[in-house]
Amino acid sequence: MQTLVAFVVGLIFGCGLILAGMTNPAKVIAFLDLAGPWDPSLALVMGGAMAVASAAFALARSRGRSLLGLPLQLPTLKTIDRKLVLGSMAFGIGWGLGGLCPGPALVALASGRHEVLVFVAAMLVGMAIHEFSSRKIP
Amino acid sequence: MTIDWTSFTPWTSLAGGLLIGLAASLLVLMNGRIAGISGVVGGLLRPRTGDTAWRAAFILGMLLAPGLYAWVWQMPQSEITASTPLLVAAGLLVGIGTRFGAGCTSGHGVCGLARGSARSLVATLSFMLAGFITVFVTRHVVGG
Repeated sequence: MQTLVAFVVGLIFGCGLILAGMTNPAKVIAFLDLAGPWDPSLALVMGGAMAVASAAFALARSRGRSLLGLPLQLPTLKTIDRKLVLGSMAFGIGWGLGGLCPGPALVALASGRHEVLVFVAAMLVGMAIHEFSSRKIP
Repeated sequence: MTIDWTSFTPWTSLAGGLLIGLAASLLVLMNGRIAGISGVVGGLLRPRTGDTAWRAAFILGMLLAPGLYAWVWQMPQSEITASTPLLVAAGLLVGIGTRFGAGCTSGHGVCGLARGSARSLVATLSFMLAGFITVFVTRHVVGG
């Protein structure tokens, strides 16, 4: 059942990203270009998503368990360290260069464009590099 | 600052945001999990028993979303301006960065902020700032 839920969630999430304009790198870069002709659309994507999700997270917290009876698995880490900031900044640089973040990149794979394939392949290599390095240094 | 009113799509972007929020809500309410794409994908690189099926199903749903979308609506235009070497660099940075930073736009930006996580706020401010600076440099300093 939870597999089916995850599949439907992926479908809705993907459609949301397309409708929102997140799968168009040019639009993402236009949002990040404060000094150029600025397109504020993506602020509404985040605002809309957060408004709905805030209510859901509050409800999930008060229930303690999911509707399927599964444990609530929220991150417990609280430390704000260099890894968090530098990692996020590296992500921000990549996001600004390509106009793609992980979700929209996966959705855009269906377009079959080689640019997206190249980006996703490099992204998976990047994730594997982290996986490899974090195994060596526990 | 000048706003590009011709490209501004307030209603579709808000509606898309609401759908993303609905998806994240369903996942946490039904499965108790965070809809963070980099985390969902990253977790597959370190497979644990009983933890891979939902991740694969989620990603399959995302991959099939354009098919469903195109069946109901018209797919919006998409334009990629970056060159291949730039896309390789961008992909590597996004892959390494989201795993070291433990999240991306969905995990930190939507779910993290929605549950009031201080770590996610710092991460979101970090990647937004880096994104703004990067585009400023590529568009107005070296390029443009």
